Amino acid sequence: MSTERTTGVRIRGVRVIDPFRDVDSLEEDLGIIDGVFVRADDPELMRFPALDGRGLWLVPRIVDMHVHFREPGQTWKETFHTGCRAAAHGGVTGVAPMPNTTPVIDTPEWVEWEIQRGRDIGLVRVFPIGAVTQQSRGEALAELFRMYQKGARAFSDDGRPVTSSALMRSALSYAATFPAAVINHAEDLSLAAGWCNEGALAQQLGLPGTPEAAEAVMVWRDVILAGLTGGRLHEAHVSSIESLNAIRYAKTQNFRVTAEVTPHHLLLSDEALARWRYDPVTKVNPPLRSAATREALLHAVKAGDIDVIASDHAPHHADEKNLSYAEAPYGISGLETLVAGALTALVDPGLMSPMEVMRRLTAGPHRVLGLTYPGVVPGAAADLTLIDPRQRWRVDPAQFYSKGRNTPLAGMTLVGQAVATMVQGRWTMRDGEVLDEGLSNLH
Amino acid sequence: MPRALIEDLVDGALRVKAEGLGAVRSRRQALAGRSVVNCFFEPSTRTKTSFELAGKYLGADVVNFQTRGSSLEKGETLEDTVRTLEALALDVLVIRHAVSGVPERLAQAVTIPVINAGDGFHEHPTQGLLDVLTVYEARGRIDGLHLVIVGDILHSRVARSDLWGFLTLGAYVTLVGPPQLLPSAWHHERLRVTPYLADALKEADAVQVLRIQKERQSLAGLPSWEEYRAQWGITRERAEQLGDHVLIMHPGPQNRGVEIDSEVMMRTASQISRQVTNGVAVRMAALSWVLGGADEH
Repeated sequence: MSTERTTGVRIRGVRVIDPFRDVDSLEEDLGIIDGVFVRADDPELMRFPALDGRGLWLVPRIVDMHVHFREPGQTWKETFHTGCRAAAHGGVTGVAPMPNTTPVIDTPEWVEWEIQRGRDIGLVRVFPIGAVTQQSRGEALAELFRMYQKGARAFSDDGRPVTSSALMRSALSYAATFPAAVINHAEDLSLAAGWCNEGALAQQLGLPGTPEAAEAVMVWRDVILAGLTGGRLHEAHVSSIESLNAIRYAKTQNFRVTAEVTPHHLLLSDEALARWRYDPVTKVNPPLRSAATREALLHAVKAGDIDVIASDHAPHHADEKNLSYAEAPYGISGLETLVAGALTALVDPGLMSPMEVMRRLTAGPHRVLGLTYPGVVPGAAADLTLIDPRQRWRVDPAQFYSKGRNTPLAGMTLVGQAVATMVQGRWTMRDGEVLDEGLSNLH
Repeated sequence: MPRALIEDLVDGALRVKAEGLGAVRSRRQALAGRSVVNCFFEPSTRTKTSFELAGKYLGADVVNFQTRGSSLEKGETLEDTVRTLEALALDVLVIRHAVSGVPERLAQAVTIPVINAGDGFHEHPTQGLLDVLTVYEARGRIDGLHLVIVGDILHSRVARSDLWGFLTLGAYVTLVGPPQLLPSAWHHERLRVTPYLADALKEADAVQVLRIQKERQSLAGLPSWEEYRAQWGITRERAEQLGDHVLIMHPGPQNRGVEIDSEVMMRTASQISRQVTNGVAVRMAALSWVLGGADEH
């Protein structure tokens, strides 16, 4: 960092929602100089321009801890650069890319490469997730500790489950020594024969379905292994009522178990198939579930059983999503609807306070990834998002910065929108426009 | 399909049959100069031949577009498939595809009419129509009758088309088969779903015996074909307990000794061959309808 105080901004009258300190202040003035928050009465602030924050929320350190950036290896779907732009556009200041690239991120060198890519691009902080097993094949543990030393913040074979219970046990007990969490994509592959949720609509449309049990039997297994090992377990994209029961049980037993949901599972049910029919834009794993499960997921977030909301951002090329429902790949491009989707699902209907929803986008992922951040206090890195909570907007994937335009939220009206993003004191997005010209490296 | 359309098409098929299938061709040439393409992305003999005959009896030019082994296979986007098909400049496309929904998506994208000749586990509308026609000819009505469909319901497009067709026309339908091959979540006041065959057959007016699709391994959850026959096969003994008035149908081709016994086939031979004839009549009605000639017969 430069020692000369050369850049800064004042933000006046903004509502600071800071889950790291549990502070929700109605109208606050604050200042940022050279990448960090400073006291509002810092005399040097007067040199810098003021921004009217009235009517806006300021939320520090929104982290999407489940994204697929497709690089290395599948850059026609997304690159690190386009993924980072999508994050900035969506109001996200940190991301944890999943390692299921080609090749798989399963060595310390690849972890370093990811961190360096993130710094070079300078739009968003990157917290790599390394593979649990070598090449995510589920056969032998990858070098978890050496990856951890280079900056991997959690481990996952996401895209597929750690099928072997013995290996899952090893991973949980081993990673607990760093400590780091093992994130499992829970799916019993022998039960998961379908392309969408097993239910009336799939059966009418003649699309093979996957029951919720395919996920839940493995979540229960994982919870039991978390109890056995004392390891840190995080369940990715939870989508079943029985999984919620398992997670609740784990929490009552004080096991180190956390869980996440995606906005698309909170906003949509398998009734989306009635609208989209055979368009595989709805094809996602785990699938969009029944209306009753969607309701249960919403209430589980409210009850605190769910710690994190993450997008499972899974961009695909339009040509791939234009195949038949059988051949098209799973996934929804979700980074640019993460914040608005969470607000629309939980705050707009009055189910939860802004603070509690923002906690699951900020402090929640920090805790799972073992990151520390003090909140909006003098000296803390100025990573923040300004949100206009009243803005109503229609999702138009053509406006995405991500290469992936695949989302069944297309055409939906969301309530609340990130209007500016700042990382380390520099605007990375203002009014929907990503600002990546002349950014210097992040540190 | 709305009730009125089903009735129109069945009436159309009945008129075709009254005139004699081949007679239409010589007298009317209703579809002379029109072209029909059979585009079967999945092997089929009956349905394909049946559409071919139907088109030819109506005087249309019928082209069988070879898709197996061609580029219209795995990995081609539906948009590109559409472009290829439209470039063939045809009047109507008859599409069979192994994946549910592909005919529907292609139909949305092309400007010419598409007839679904069976898609995945979804539907097989002309099969449903011909089954309605077959039962209607035998019993003079559909309303209030009781149809039993036996087999792997979950993976059967025939079951779905029969189900929607008969329910729409006021029949009662019972779906019966191994519990792991039954739908778990369908609700209709005239629909019953049960694993118990004997129970289901008590009230039956007609029984549709589905082909057990060994090639799809849809019986993976069952111990053996013998075990299937023991619980859900239409055996000689079970058939004898049914009254003579009960129709036994099978969409073919049959696995004798699995879902249906040879002796039962003997009894029902005439019925099953009538299904084949009715298939041509129904497809003639369907082709006429989509090409706007339905009222001319």
